[in-house]
Amino acid sequence: MQRPASPVYSPTVHRLEGLAKLTGRERYVDDLPLEGFLWGATVRSPAPRGRITAIRFDPAIDWSQFTIADARDLPGPNTIALIESDQPVLASGYVRHVHEAVVLLGHPDRAALRRAVAAVQIDVGPEPAVTDFRVAPRPDQIQYGADNVLKHLHISKGDVERALASAPIVVEGVYESGAQEHVYLEPQGMIAALEGDVLVVRGSMQCPYYILKALRHALGRDERRLRVIQTPTGGGFGGKEEYPSTIALHAALLTLKSGKPVKIVYDRGEDMAATTKRHPSLVRHRTGVTPDGRLLAQDIEVVMDGGAYVTLSPVVLSRGIIHAAGPYACDHVRIDGRAMFTNAVPFGAFRGFGAPQTHFANERHMDRVAARLGLDPAELRRRNLLRNEESTATGQVIRDGTDRRAVLEHALTLADYDSKRAAHVRHNVSSTATRRGIGIATFHHGAGFTGSGEVMLGSRLDVAGLVDGSIEIRSANIEMGQGTLTVFTALAAQRLGLDPAHVRIAEADTARVPDSGPTVASRTAMVVGRLVERACDDLRHRLDVDQATGDALRRALRGWHEKHPGAELVGQAKYEPPPGVVWDDVRYRGDAYGTFGWGAYVAEVEVDLRTYETRVIDFVAVQEVGKVLHEVLARGQVQGGVAQAIGWALLEDCRWKDGAMVNAQLTNYLIPTSDDLPRIRVAFLETPYAYGAQGAKGLGELPMDGPAPAIVNAVAAATGADPCAIPLTPERLMEVIEGRMQNAELDVQDR
Amino acid sequence: MSAKSAFIIHHSAFAVEFTLNGSLISVEIDPTDRLLDTLRYRLKLTGTKEGCGEGECGACTVYLDGLPVDSCLVPTYQVRGRRVETVESLPSARLDPLLTHGATQCGACTPGVAMTSCWIIDHPDLLATHSVRELLAGNLCRCTGYDGILDGISAAMQGRP
Repeated sequence: MQRPASPVYSPTVHRLEGLAKLTGRERYVDDLPLEGFLWGATVRSPAPRGRITAIRFDPAIDWSQFTIADARDLPGPNTIALIESDQPVLASGYVRHVHEAVVLLGHPDRAALRRAVAAVQIDVGPEPAVTDFRVAPRPDQIQYGADNVLKHLHISKGDVERALASAPIVVEGVYESGAQEHVYLEPQGMIAALEGDVLVVRGSMQCPYYILKALRHALGRDERRLRVIQTPTGGGFGGKEEYPSTIALHAALLTLKSGKPVKIVYDRGEDMAATTKRHPSLVRHRTGVTPDGRLLAQDIEVVMDGGAYVTLSPVVLSRGIIHAAGPYACDHVRIDGRAMFTNAVPFGAFRGFGAPQTHFANERHMDRVAARLGLDPAELRRRNLLRNEESTATGQVIRDGTDRRAVLEHALTLADYDSKRAAHVRHNVSSTATRRGIGIATFHHGAGFTGSGEVMLGSRLDVAGLVDGSIEIRSANIEMGQGTLTVFTALAAQRLGLDPAHVRIAEADTARVPDSGPTVASRTAMVVGRLVERACDDLRHRLDVDQATGDALRRALRGWHEKHPGAELVGQAKYEPPPGVVWDDVRYRGDAYGTFGWGAYVAEVEVDLRTYETRVIDFVAVQEVGKVLHEVLARGQVQGGVAQAIGWALLEDCRWKDGAMVNAQLTNYLIPTSDDLPRIRVAFLETPYAYGAQGAKGLGELPMDGPAPAIVNAVAAATGADPCAIPLTPERLMEVIEGRMQNAELDVQDR
Repeated sequence: MSAKSAFIIHHSAFAVEFTLNGSLISVEIDPTDRLLDTLRYRLKLTGTKEGCGEGECGACTVYLDGLPVDSCLVPTYQVRGRRVETVESLPSARLDPLLTHGATQCGACTPGVAMTSCWIIDHPDLLATHSVRELLAGNLCRCTGYDGILDGISAAMQGRP
C-alpha cells in the first residue's frame, strides 16, 4: 500500500554539479577551450520538396578560404542510422523539407561564415508537397510507401463494434494538439577533432552510443577510430535524443575534409527552425458508456504528423497509442494509430513521447463524457480508474498495489476541489470580466522502453574499484538537469555504505563507458540506477567481501590493488527483465511496460473574457512514482514538467509555412516565464517498485501528460465552451467562445 | 582590395577600457562585437551563456553599472569607462540557498538566473512595487518551473539556508 513520500537522501546530498552551474564554472560545449578550429555552418533547403537543380556560390566570395562539404564527401552510406536509414546526412540531389541540410561550410571567422551561408543559393525544382497530415494525400503527393503512412499500429481488446452497437450512450469527439519546440536553454552544439587517427566528437547529447552508431555507419569508420564524449548538456527533453547525430556527422565531415577541429553551435533561430519538435496530433474518440458512467467501449483513432523522415515516429506512435485509452478499465478497446509522412521538418522525441497527445485527447474526452452524463468529472474517473487485477488496453494486468483512487482523492483534497467548484459558481455569476474553473486529469506513464525494448537494448554498466579506495560509475547515461549524477552517486554510496565523496562518475565517453542505453524514456533512475546497484554488488562480490561497507570496503579495495598493481577491478551489471513480463510485438498485446507511474493533476484557471487570456491560478500535481529517491530533484522534475506542459497547453504556438516553423525565435514563440505560472504544488505517494533502484519508477515524463487536459477541462468548466485543441491561445479561445469554429478545428494556416 | 576579399568585412579593431569584475581592463574589439562575445570568446569568461541572442531569455545577464542587462544586446564599445560584473564575480557562498532549494537543473539559464536572483536579493526595496515573479520574468528557465528559484531567493532574503 502506498505511503506519503519519505525520500531516502534529501536533503543530505545536494545536486552535485549544482554549484558549478550556479557559479558559471560548468563548461558546456561552446565553453570548451579550443585552438585552431573552424566554425561549421549549414546551408539548408529553401523548399519543401523537389529536385536540386543548382547550387550556386556567389562569385563575390573567395571560396578557397572555406572548407566546403556536401554528400559526395561522405566516406560511407549517406544515411543517418536510426530505426530506418531513410534520412540523408546531407541532401543529395533531392530535398524533402525546408531547412534540410545540403552543404556544409567551415571557416575560422564566425561572422564571415554567416555571410557565406547567405551567399549560397540552392535552386529547387518544386514538386507537390504535403503539409497537412490530416488530409489524405493526392497521388502526386505520395512519397512514402503506397499511402504516406510511415507507421500503422493497432491495438484490439474485446469486441468494440458489438459493444458500441449495444451501448446506451455513445460520445464522440475530435482532439488536436500542435507541435512543441523543446527550447532547451543550451542550443545544440558539437565539436569534432582528430586525435591521432581517432575522430573524437564532443557535445551536447542524450545518447552517446546513438551518435557512435551514426558515425560508424555514415563515415564507414570502425569503432576503434571513433570516440563520442558528452559535454554537460544544457537541457534535452528529447530534443537531444536523435538530432545530435546529424550535427555530429556534419562536424565530423568538416573535420575529415579540413583536418582541423570543427565546432558547430546552432544559434536559437537555427535550432528552432531546423531541429525536431513534438508530433502534432489528431485523435478521434468514440466511447460507449452506461448512464451511470461505466466505460463499455473505447474506439480511438490516433494520427500523428511524422514529418519528412521516419526518425523516431514509429516508437512515438507506439507509446502514444498504448496510453491512448488512459488508466481506465474497459473490456472493449480498439486503438488505431498512424504516423504520416509530410514535407515538414521531421518531428521527434519530446518528453512524454506521444503519450501527452493521447492523454490530452482522452482526458478532455472524459470530461465531455461526464458533461453528457451530468456527472462530476472526478466521479466519472473514480468509477473507471483501473483496480488491481484489471487490465489495460493491451491486456496488461495491473497488480502493482497502487491505489489509483487514493492518488485522485489526495489531489482533490489538496486542491480543495469541491469547495473551489462551489466558489467558482458564485464567482462566475458575480464577475463580468473573468470566469474561473477547475479541471482534473488522471493518467499514467509507462516507465522505460516500450515492450521488448529494454531487453533489446541489453544495457550494461560498470562500477570500478579504484586504487585510492573510491569507486567510479561508468555509464553512458548523462546529466541534462534531471539529476543523474546525484542520483547515481547517492545510489552507489547507499549500496556500499560509502561517503558520496568517495563515489565518482566517469565522463560519458564511449571509449571508457559501456553502453548503458540512451538517456530517455524515464529509464535512467529506475532501470540504469538498478544496474548501478547491481554493479556495486558485483564489485563487492569480486572482492570477496560481500558484507563489507564503508571504510572496510575501501581498505579491501586498496588491498586488492596492492596485490594486483596496474590491474582494473570492475563490477559489472547487465539488464535483466523483471520476471513475468511478456510482450507480443506483433499483436501489440501484453505487458507494454514493466511498470507505470500514476498521476492525478488538478488545475484552477481564470479566463479573462476581455482578452481571452487563460491564467493558471493554482496547480496540484499528485503522483505515485514508486520510491522517491531525492525529494528536491523529484519535485523539480514535476514542477518543470508541469511548466513545460502549461506552455504546450496555452502559449506555445508553432506557426508554419511550407512545413517549416516561421516563428523560430523566442520573441514570438512564447514559453512560460515565472510571471505566467502559479506555484506548482507537488505531492508524491509511494508504492515501491521491486525492480527499480531503491523501489523507484520512472518520473521525468509523467508530469508532461496531465497538465494540458486538466487546464483545458478547467477552461471548459469556467466558460461553458468546448475547446478541444491546443495550444489554447487567446485567439483560439476567442474563436471557440464566439462559436466561430466548429469543435475547435486547429487554425492551420497553410498546413 | 579585390572584389572577392571585399566580401569579408574588416573593421578596424580598437581598444576599449572598462572595469570588469573589479579590475580595469583593456580589450581590442571590433565595433560590431557584442559584450556577450567579448566576454566569452575574447576574455574567456564563459560563465555568461547565450540562450537566444535577442534579449528574450536572460541567460547572458550581467550587471552594467550595477543593473542587470542582457549582454547579447550591448555593443562592447558602449561599456567604455563603465563597470561590468559577470557571474564569475558572485561569491559561491551567496548561491547556497539557490542550490539547496533546487534553483538549477540543466544549468544553461542558471548563470543569468543567479545574477538576477542576487540582484533581487540585494534590492529588497523592489518588492514594495514588484513581485519576485515579475522581477524574474526576464530570465527563462525550461527545467524548474521557477519554484526552486523562487524558494532559493526567498530563503536568501530571510537569511535561511
